[in-house]
Amino acid sequence: MSGIPHDHYEPKAAWEKGLAKRLPIVGLLYDTLMIPTPKNLNWMWIWGIVLTFCLALQIITGIVLVMHYTPHVDLAFSSVEHIMRNVNGGAMLRYMHMNGASLFFVAVYAHIFRGLYYGSYKAPREITWIIGMLIYLLMMGTAFMGYVLPWGQMSFWGATVITGLFGAIPFIGEALQTWLLGGPAVDNATLNRFFSLHYLLPFVIAGLVILHIWAFHTTGNNNPTGVDVRRTSKEDAAKDTLPFWPYFVIKDLFALALILAVFFAVVSFMPNYLGHPDNYIEANALATPAHIVPEWYFLPFYAILRAFDGDVWVVIAASFLTGGIIDAKFFGVLAMFGAIVVMALVPWLDTSSVRSGRYRPMFKWWFWLFVVNFFVLTWVGARPAEGIYPYIALIGSAYWFAYFLVILPLLGVIEKPDAQPDTIEQDFAAKVAAKSAGSAPSVQPAE
Amino acid sequence: MLKKLAATMVATFALSTGAFAAGEGGYVKNVDFSFDGPFGSYDQNQLQRGLQIYTEICSACHGLKFVPIRTLSDEGGPHLPKDQVRAYAEYYEVFDPELDDFRAATPNDHFPESSLENAPDLSLMAKGRAGFHGPYGLGINQLMKGIGGPEYIAALLSGYTGNEKEEAGTVLYENTAYPGGYISMAPPLYGEDVEFADGHANDLHHLAEDVAAFLMWTAEPKMMARKQAGFVGVLFLTFLSVLLYLTNKRLWAPIKARYKQK
Repeated sequence: MSGIPHDHYEPKAAWEKGLAKRLPIVGLLYDTLMIPTPKNLNWMWIWGIVLTFCLALQIITGIVLVMHYTPHVDLAFSSVEHIMRNVNGGAMLRYMHMNGASLFFVAVYAHIFRGLYYGSYKAPREITWIIGMLIYLLMMGTAFMGYVLPWGQMSFWGATVITGLFGAIPFIGEALQTWLLGGPAVDNATLNRFFSLHYLLPFVIAGLVILHIWAFHTTGNNNPTGVDVRRTSKEDAAKDTLPFWPYFVIKDLFALALILAVFFAVVSFMPNYLGHPDNYIEANALATPAHIVPEWYFLPFYAILRAFDGDVWVVIAASFLTGGIIDAKFFGVLAMFGAIVVMALVPWLDTSSVRSGRYRPMFKWWFWLFVVNFFVLTWVGARPAEGIYPYIALIGSAYWFAYFLVILPLLGVIEKPDAQPDTIEQDFAAKVAAKSAGSAPSVQPAE
Repeated sequence: MLKKLAATMVATFALSTGAFAAGEGGYVKNVDFSFDGPFGSYDQNQLQRGLQIYTEICSACHGLKFVPIRTLSDEGGPHLPKDQVRAYAEYYEVFDPELDDFRAATPNDHFPESSLENAPDLSLMAKGRAGFHGPYGLGINQLMKGIGGPEYIAALLSGYTGNEKEEAGTVLYENTAYPGGYISMAPPLYGEDVEFADGHANDLHHLAEDVAAFLMWTAEPKMMARKQAGFVGVLFLTFLSVLLYLTNKRLWAPIKARYKQK
């Protein structure tokens, strides 16, 4: 499959040849599993496996949960309690599904930051990146709709707030919102369509995951140096790479087992730590919770949404220039979706010819500031929009856009990159040598 | 890269969750409940005392509509004998749509709903409230103390100051644990409201904690099984990790040996 020269599957037995002639599935699986993978991948390259596992976990636990769940406004909440109390293993299943969503997002954020640091989005992997961003968007949609299904207070009010965003679109907003909800407010029709889509979208994600893998199997993996695998001959390629099985499968499985031990501890000992207490109160359209907050993985974008109120000069300017069509609410919606759009466009915004952040002395600082900023936005997104918090959110949002729209394009021009190794083999050899010599200061196991 | 990311990851977990609990709350003190922490388990005697307090006092207004009465005999719960549960069930009247009339409850029925319209159902109260949010809304204290639902209940029941005020024809009672400071529920417990057969202490704080523990069980009846599964799972996965670590090391050793300094 990949452009890196390597041994392909050769059918030997008569039945293998016969099968290969009719359906070359064994060859496809063989080439996928034995793909030449850069030797020097570090521990940030394990998140793909974790994500694949999460998708499988969510689909399997979800399918069983559906067998006991009732998508109706009068019955949804009590059917979840039925799962928690009467279904064998139901409490564990539901807590795994609930916390599985959190693990999914922890892994996807780590995976995205990995890509941003090592320049995995750069040519020729732009399509892999774009498909990844689509998966991420679908994940957010799926998680949001899943959170509505238990029909607790946060389910209901979260759905009301988020679908209200569509109402902010000028001219068509209100009609669009009614069409999405299936009525004037969040009600039974909304719950039913969210349930339907929550079941459908994971399978769409699974399809996109296959395309995602197909795309980077065609270009080959990126690696911590960003240097390409030598493709001049099979022998040269073999010096830079090892087959995925068994070297990286075992490595990834080790990381997965370790992460699952932590995951299982969270599920078993503190399953509600990442949830909101209000969601254990049945939805009530007449009682608004004191603070409506989304799940933690939406908080950075929720902070960006709320950062732009009517007092911010860009909002005032936008409103003036468009004759009031873009008001503060719509501006917030545009900013929130824009934050993801600029991230999706990063392959064309980053002008540096060097892939890996390891050899970009200035980029490193801005990157880590970006990571810190992400966590600050997460925190501020959960705080009430009063006092100093809106200002912090505004600064954080401004940095988010500045990072993609100003800093990355400029850095490529003004930055003088460090020397890169000639080959992946060189990097791998240096790493192994440094480790075996035990010279602690120069060892950076993570990179 | 990895170390830094791991550190920030831990930070974000702490960050995000507490942040949820953001909100002005009253003062809630931590209680050392027997079920706190990964090793904690329900104290059967305490749950039975809590059941008695619920039955004699709370149930006058509040319901437990999600709790099947039969679960009172569950292991990992109050663990009452089956015949006692059957006798207990008859204490309640439930509406039977088939008879179109009320009849005595059986263990397979749920506890009745709240009889007062403005008295919330208590089944999930211990999970529907958070006692701990801080510091600075970071929720780090939840890592150590739990979310604080039962603590909130105990603090609320023993948090009445004795002051009252009237607002729009309703009497409100000052309470140090209730968000906003005034609650419409009259003080339900004063101390020595319930006599225990075994003569256990029945002052206000003991009663408040006992009923809070009982409500934690009604909210999370499968906690014991969950924690047990947790131990098996974590031990198994840790062992598997060690095996995979060793396998991985062995697998990569000959590859790395080629580059080792001689």
